[in-house]
Amino acid sequence: MALHDFIDSTATNPLGRPRGIWSALHLDPILLFLLLVLVSGGLFILYSGADRNIDVVKAQGIRLGVAFVVMLVFAQLDPSVFRRWAPWLYVAGIAALLAVLLVGVGAKGAQRWLAIPGLPRFQPSELMKLVVPMMAAWYLSRHFLPPRFRHVIVGLAIVLVPMMMIIQQPDLGTSLLVGMAGLFVVFFAGISWKLILAFVGLVSVSAPMMWFFVMREYQKQRVLTLLDPQSDPLGAGWNIIQSKTAIGSGGIDGKGWLQGTQSHLEFLPESHTDFIVAVLAEEFGFIGMLVLMLVYMLIILRCLYIAATAQDSFSRLLAGALTMTFFIYIFVNVGMVSGLLPVVGVPLPLISYGGTSGVTLMAAFGVLMSIHTHRRMISA
Amino acid sequence: MPWGEFKDTAAERRLFQRRTLVMLTFVLVLIGALLARMYQLQIVEHEVYTTLSDKNRVQVQSVPPPRGLVYDRNRTLLAENRPVFSVTLVPERVDGMAETLTQLDRILDVSEEDLERFQRRLQEPRRPFQEIPLRYDLDEQEMARLAVHRHQLPGVEVKAELVRYYPHSELTAHALGFVGRINRDELQRIDPVNYAGTNYIGKSGIERFYEEILHGQVGYQHVETNARGRTLRVLERENPVPGEDLQLHLDLRLQKRAHELLDGRRGAIVAIEPATGGILALASVPGFDANKFVTGISVAEYRELSESKDKPLFNRALRGQYPPGSTVKPMMAIAALDSDATTRDYTIWDPGHFRLKEGGRLWRDWKRGGHGWVDLMDAMAESCDVYFYEIAVKMGVDTMYSYLSQFGFGEDAALDVSGALSGLLPSRDWKRATRNEPWYPGDSVNLGIGQGFMLATPLQLATATSLIANRGSWAEPRLLKDIDGDTSVSGFLPDSNHEPLKLKDPSDWEYVVETMAEVMHGRKGTARRAGAGAPYRMAGKTGTAQVFSLAEDEEYDAEEVRERLRDHALFVGFAPVENPEIAVAVIVENGGGGSSTAAPVARELFDAWLLEFQQSDDEALVGSVDSGGGE
Repeated sequence: MALHDFIDSTATNPLGRPRGIWSALHLDPILLFLLLVLVSGGLFILYSGADRNIDVVKAQGIRLGVAFVVMLVFAQLDPSVFRRWAPWLYVAGIAALLAVLLVGVGAKGAQRWLAIPGLPRFQPSELMKLVVPMMAAWYLSRHFLPPRFRHVIVGLAIVLVPMMMIIQQPDLGTSLLVGMAGLFVVFFAGISWKLILAFVGLVSVSAPMMWFFVMREYQKQRVLTLLDPQSDPLGAGWNIIQSKTAIGSGGIDGKGWLQGTQSHLEFLPESHTDFIVAVLAEEFGFIGMLVLMLVYMLIILRCLYIAATAQDSFSRLLAGALTMTFFIYIFVNVGMVSGLLPVVGVPLPLISYGGTSGVTLMAAFGVLMSIHTHRRMISA
Repeated sequence: MPWGEFKDTAAERRLFQRRTLVMLTFVLVLIGALLARMYQLQIVEHEVYTTLSDKNRVQVQSVPPPRGLVYDRNRTLLAENRPVFSVTLVPERVDGMAETLTQLDRILDVSEEDLERFQRRLQEPRRPFQEIPLRYDLDEQEMARLAVHRHQLPGVEVKAELVRYYPHSELTAHALGFVGRINRDELQRIDPVNYAGTNYIGKSGIERFYEEILHGQVGYQHVETNARGRTLRVLERENPVPGEDLQLHLDLRLQKRAHELLDGRRGAIVAIEPATGGILALASVPGFDANKFVTGISVAEYRELSESKDKPLFNRALRGQYPPGSTVKPMMAIAALDSDATTRDYTIWDPGHFRLKEGGRLWRDWKRGGHGWVDLMDAMAESCDVYFYEIAVKMGVDTMYSYLSQFGFGEDAALDVSGALSGLLPSRDWKRATRNEPWYPGDSVNLGIGQGFMLATPLQLATATSLIANRGSWAEPRLLKDIDGDTSVSGFLPDSNHEPLKLKDPSDWEYVVETMAEVMHGRKGTARRAGAGAPYRMAGKTGTAQVFSLAEDEEYDAEEVRERLRDHALFVGFAPVENPEIAVAVIVENGGGGSSTAAPVARELFDAWLLEFQQSDDEALVGSVDSGGGE
């Protein structure tokens, strides 16, 4: 397989190795460059999506600045630090989720935040996007890979416990991302295809049961709306109809920056947060979407390369899972805005305004850079 | 177990790399799916969504044309447009309807009626974000108070629209008519496209008759709106064509004088310029404030007007049908001379009464003792009834009908006066059809002095009088003098359809006019007091009409009954005799005798028109020549 050969060959190719100043800073110049391209382009779209509110762009700039610092810090830590801390972080995370369910503060009918006096308000579920794959990677990489059945079961349990707790908040979007992050670890660990098929079978059987016993009314409504947006054109269907209209009216080359009528005339809801990709699609058209997807694709390729060239199982599993989580963000967000998936609160990574997801994502890129830049020291 | 020991690291790495390839494929397939979706939306279905997007943002709004103004003959403004501000609410944007209404009630004067109407509109189906009016016509203080509290009242908006305003409200209400909100019936009739933005339509008078010219053509604008329906900018605009301005023959000064002369009484005055048929004054007193009807009169105010015994809403000049009494005698004289029922020299003995045959029914003259020997000149000057009884019987109903109808009786001869009634000119056929009785000679006797079945409106009397002033040539009464701009009057004024009244001996006109001059200036003329001391000669005829009956269910106190059973006083006439510039008909309800009540009113009008106004016009003309001379 040509691609397989490509990854195998680059793994030993010194070209990909960090050198000089980048090595000293523990940063990966290729990934950094791609991230800067994405983030700076994202600020332009945000300016338009926020209807030329420069304060929103400034706030987002500051937030991204903080996120870059977090990335830098994470990149300095040796991957073994993450490995050693994984169980403790996991236990602390579960405790925090429990605290959220008991004493959490909420907004819009959901309890997601933990307000500890003296600390900024934070969302423990957000941290679990990093902690759960770390813990799963820690557990599975302790054993021979591919994992035995019982190890798979334990691995799945590690993933499912926090996932169910987050669903209770309720926060379907985050729970989905946390769950996916964990499952990707299990997949990368080499779980047998039979088990995967069995798992897929189990999910498709349990889906109807989820519908009747687990899903809340508003979540069901979202799925129903997806199937027929016209059934409730002024209510839940409004978002989907308007975002599809924004995307579709963009055409090949779009209406031009700041010229999107759907978003600027307030037809498009949440035009600077979850639905920002519709602004991009309306103003830059299909070409803009191709460019965005290309940048995302290059980031994912670089990250998968980092994962493939990592030198121990823990690093590989963690890097692979974090990369795929990043992809899931993209897929779920664009899928929901374009009406392929139900509306769940997942932002477009590094472009949507607000939330702590930017910080988490940059922290994950920090972990990836750490894995990549500490390689030589391990092998040396 | 230490990390990495006893493990086949190479195998683990190969396993991981295989899985990475699977994931990479997975990623490529899903990104391909997203791009395929984008391709579908942005390229395949692009047209559909472009249409949807334009439909979302672009709305077509109609722009109502400003209504044409109305001027009098001296270009005094009679009807204009004035911005009126009203408060509207957009329920979707109001937080807490009840509190908002309470708060508005504190700021503005909101009546129970306003609230009820608002609540009713609130229940009706409507477009989202469509505003509902709460109160019209805010005054400046209310506007100011509203501006101060505006920020506390989300969803409350002030809207301006141009609304008809009549600066001389009471004076012009009956002559001009007025506009009002378009009602359900009118909605069926009007062109929905041209009236798309219009809220008002002419309800009566000139406003109704010339609705088409006054209204203009609707304009359009394409506006961009946001999701809340607020207009953000105008993309494209096709301006409306404003309605044309009208100039009327009416002279506001004369109109005002007419109102003043009738003030405190009930009656009507119609003044016509004989040469053109132009209506100089059309007064019906008491009047009412037409402005109240424009934005919607309150039930209480309407009840007060409609239930008033003086009937201010009733247009006496056009719709008041009175027995013309002796004012019909000049027309009878023309008929009698031309049909050879009498001659200028024919003389009768008036003993004070008239009998068709010996021992038959007695018809009295208004003068108990009779007028003695009278010819036509005397009969007219003294208003001798017996003379006219006799010639009426000689002529018979058919002849009288034929002549009187040529004077415009029994029809609405006015060209552009909407709502005028045609009175009643009895004939043989009419009596057969309505009463199922033959025409008796006695009916002719009554008709000879304008009593019995005959009814005429003041407008008809003035029309017939101006026909005499014109010596037989017709100029149908009209209000419109000119349309501003290039529009020609003749295109909108209905065609005149009356043949001139040609007499076998045209000098009979002069003779009858002389008999009418005798009424004013003769030694025995009934209106000699009203005609005394004038620097010009005038022609006229007084009249008194008996009040026949009262509606049975009407309750009056004794004083009222006496007052309201008194005769109506009438007068018709024109001046100057040689070159008539004004012809009038005056009726004062329950005014008593025509000579004492109605004739002086006419004299004042003549004086005003021929002396007072002419002089001030001349002065104005001299003034303008002086200033324009530049010496």
